[in-house]
Order: sequence, then structure tokens, then C-alpha cells
Amino acid sequence: MIVPRKNLTFWERLYLPAIASGFKVTARHFRNTVFKGNTVANDLSGGFYPEKKWVVAEGYRGAPYLVKDPEGNTKCVSCQLCEFVCPPKAIKITPPGPAGTADRPNAEKMPKEFEINMLRCIFCGYCQEVCPEEAIFLQKDYSLNAESRQELIYNKEKLLELGGVHQDKIWKWKHKAEEAKEQTTFPVAK
Amino acid sequence: MFQTIFNTISSWSPLTQFTFWSAIKVFGVFGVAMTIVAYAVLAERKISAFIQDRVGPNRVSLPLIGSIPFLGPLLTRWGIWQPLADGVKSFIKEDFTPSYVRKAYYWLAPAITFVPALVVIAVIPFGSYIGNQKMVIADLDVGILYSFGIISLGVYGIVLAGYASNSKYPFLGGIRSSAQLISYEIAMGMSVVPIFLVTQQLNLSAIVEYQAQYGWFALPFCARELTPLSFMIWPFALISFFIFLVSGFAETNRLPFDLPESETELVAGYNTEYSSIKFALFFMGEYANIIAGAGMMVTLFLGGWSVPGLSDAAIAKTHIAVGVAHILIFLFKVFFLIAIVIWVRWMFPRFRYDQLMDLGWRRFIPVALANILIVAVIVWAVTTFSNETKPALAHSAYQVNK
Repeated sequence: MIVPRKNLTFWERLYLPAIASGFKVTARHFRNTVFKGNTVANDLSGGFYPEKKWVVAEGYRGAPYLVKDPEGNTKCVSCQLCEFVCPPKAIKITPPGPAGTADRPNAEKMPKEFEINMLRCIFCGYCQEVCPEEAIFLQKDYSLNAESRQELIYNKEKLLELGGVHQDKIWKWKHKAEEAKEQTTFPVAK
Repeated sequence: MFQTIFNTISSWSPLTQFTFWSAIKVFGVFGVAMTIVAYAVLAERKISAFIQDRVGPNRVSLPLIGSIPFLGPLLTRWGIWQPLADGVKSFIKEDFTPSYVRKAYYWLAPAITFVPALVVIAVIPFGSYIGNQKMVIADLDVGILYSFGIISLGVYGIVLAGYASNSKYPFLGGIRSSAQLISYEIAMGMSVVPIFLVTQQLNLSAIVEYQAQYGWFALPFCARELTPLSFMIWPFALISFFIFLVSGFAETNRLPFDLPESETELVAGYNTEYSSIKFALFFMGEYANIIAGAGMMVTLFLGGWSVPGLSDAAIAKTHIAVGVAHILIFLFKVFFLIAIVIWVRWMFPRFRYDQLMDLGWRRFIPVALANILIVAVIVWAVTTFSNETKPALAHSAYQVNK
């Protein structure tokens, strides 16, 4: 693509008329801010940050939290894909080991411990993208504060609590449970 | 009580008196100038914020200030303590010196940027008289030459910082700064020559007194004694003022000429590698330069301390209130110019490197030269053909006072 470069007219080359229009624009903004209080913060959230927090739009990539399924079970199966894909190595999963069990039927395992260091996390969303179980989602929190570094390493309990329930439409594990139940009878119903 | 103090002082030897008054003026001017620097930063942040639909600093307050009745809530709201917080912050931050810098020059550069701006303020007449004291620290007869000489030194600090940092962005900033220096400084020097042709003086106090009597160069309506000459040179004085103003923007590294800094392309330009109070010195140097430049413009073109109705220095000698009013008038004009400098920042995009050099060398220098020539012809014609021998040029008030 060739962008046409138009020659400036004499009026434009004078540069001085730009002063007038520049002054007009800046003066308008100055006036509206000082006398009418039209600030960006007022437009977006009706006030200023610590008092009025900006409500982010749908699809905003905030902090990643673990979610539960509608039946209240942990969705994470401790596959550790998110840990491997995490660019800043913010996620640390402790798998349950051979004796580990899950908090629901049909699932083989769930993480013994799941930690996200929010100081390392860059909110990139790779964990959400790579997760085969839809167990981790970037949510709307963008302002994480604490008084020590240790406080910002969120553990499984906290992540699950903050993450809430994912309104899953697929119900993968419920179907698996039904399938398993059907297979207990013989012959298998077609 | 004041009378006894004054009597004691006047019984000292002239040299002691001179030293005493100079010391008072130096500390007074330094204190006021540094306060203006601090609050110019706040003004910059507030005005910039308003233009960009933000509110700027509005949270800082000191303990207990908020509990003062009536005034307290106001004092906590407008970021009035922000300069204090900024100052403390820059002193207690880690002063990091990268391992690869040229240490001696690296330490020297911030001081070289900051000091000239303050030294220039010494020759600017910031008022007429208080008592018998002239309100200027150093009443030099070569005031303007001195200030041009000193103010150019400030640029060396920037160039040196670029060289000393030993890293690519500061280096580019330093190079741009030197290119900028040679492009506008000549035009700037030439733009004030017409004023000396008219006043036939290099002393800044004398130039202000000339303007108080015969009209400000930029606005020749506010005079005790209007002459045809004031109006004949008016358009050319305006051209001079314009060139000086634009060069002043370049001198102080303000947009649209902030090439040495160019945040968008050079990170922070010459001060990229600086931190803590060294960075703050560059920062304060920029604002001190703006104040010195604004003071210079007020002195040369906007009549200094004079204002219609209050433009007689002789009254100030007997009435202290008038002398104080003259100082306030001068400060008001300086604040006005500082506000313009801040405002212009949001009106223009930055000039390109070659565009600035083109503007300096191929536009301003020829215009300034032609300006000098025309004003010289006018002055020659007036002195030759007018009936009076040299009244319009002789600035008699100054001669008598001296």
C-alpha cells in the first residue's frame, strides 16, 4: 500500500494557524475538566480510584483464579500443563502422588497444593488457554495488594474461593459418571 | 525599631553595606526562585492533567493540616504539598551509578545543568527599588551578554550527561542537544540586537527603565511618554519577541523542541541513566531555565516591573509598598509566561531534528538579520531627521538615577 504524501499548503506550512486550533482544543479540555469535572475517571467509574474502582469490561484479563464446577467440585486435575506453559513460572503445583484422590467421584486426582505467585504472574492467559479442564480463568481483579511478598502467593484454597463457580455448559464429569454407571450393567445398552 | 536597624546598617562602611544587602538579595532571590521551581512542577502537572481530562496530584497532605478549621480541607486537596513530597522522595531514593558510566563527568553534568540557570537570574532586575536598594543582584553593564554567555553553559551539562552516560539513548540526546544549540542560539542572540539599537544600553535595568518610560517593546501602549519611535519599531520588536520566545523554548528543552529528551523515542534522552537527586537536578534545572528565560523575556520585551500607572522607579524609592508592588508585577508577568510555556507543550507535536535546524538556520537567522537592519535604519532616520537631538533614545531617567 502506498500512502499518498500530500504537499502542505502555504497556510499549513506557516505552522502558526496550528497554534490557534491547538489552543482551542486544549482550552476546551481544560475548561471542561476544571469547571464541569469531566475527567476520564468520572466517565469510566464515576469517581477516583481508591474510592471508586474501575469496573473492567467483559473479557478483561485480570488475575488467574481456579474455578469450581456447578456441583462445587474442584475442576483442576493436576495435569500441570499450566505450570509448564507459564512464561514467568508463577504457577507451582504439588501433585497428590500415587495415593492421591479427588473430592468427587470419577476424577482420578486433584492438586494437593496449587500456588500462583501474583508478583510473578503477567496475566498473559496461557494457563487459561492450555487448560484441558477449563479449571483456571483470568478474572476481573486487576489490583492485588498486600503488605508482604508472602501474602501475594495465593494457595489453592484462596484461589478456589476467589475464583467462584464456573457455570459449565458441558458437564463433562457428570456425563462421564453417567457413562460409567451405564457400563456397570451388562449387556451395554445401545 | 526598623529605624534603629537602618541607622546601624547605614553606619557601616559602603563595602560592608553592599555585601550585606547583596547577601540578603541573593538568599531572597534563591529562596523565591527555588519555590517557584517547585511549584512550577506542580503547575505543570496540574495544567497538563486538566488538559488531558485528569485531575493531577490531589492527595498529598501533612499530618494535622486537615484539622485546621476552614482552610484545612482546602490545603489537603490540591496537591499543595506535592513538591515537598517529591523533594523528599528524590533525596532518599537510591542514588544508583551504573558501572559503565564515566564517573567524573557523570557526577558533574547535573550541576552544570542546574547552576547556570540560577546564575542567570542574578542579572535580571526583578523590581525597581526598595529604599535605596536596586532590586537586582548584580547590576552589570553587560547584563545581556553575561546572561547569553552563562545560559549556553547549561546545554553543556546536557551534552556532558549524554557523553558521560556511555549508553546509546543519552548519547543521541546529547548529540541532538548540541545540534539544537548551534541552530537557535545565534538567532536568539541576534533577535535582541534591535533592542540594544533602540535603547543603546546593555544594562538590563536600563532597558526596563527605558520601557517604563517609552513603552514596552512588545506592547508600546503602556508608557509614560509615547513617542513615534515606539510605534515605528513595534512590528520589528514583535518579530524579535517571537524569535526570542521560540528560541527560548528550544533553550529550555520544552516541547515542541524537547529533542534531547524525546521520551517517545529516546526513553528519557540525556537523563536516562540518572536517578535520585541527580535526576532531580536535571529536572529542577529545566524549570529554573524556564524561570530564567521567562524573566529575561519579561525584562527585554514586556517592561519588567513596570505597569501602566505604576511605572515610575523614583516613587518606589520613597514608598516601600510601590517597590513591593513592582516585584509582584514582575513575578506576575513571569508566572504568565511560565503558564504559556506549560500550555504550549500540549498544543504541538515535537519538531524533527532536521526541521529544528532548518527553522534555526534558514528561517530565523535571515529574519533576525533583516530585522536588525531595518531597526538600525529606523533608528538612524529618527536620530538624523527628527528635530529633537536625541530625546527618544537617551533614556534620561536612567542617566539621572545613576
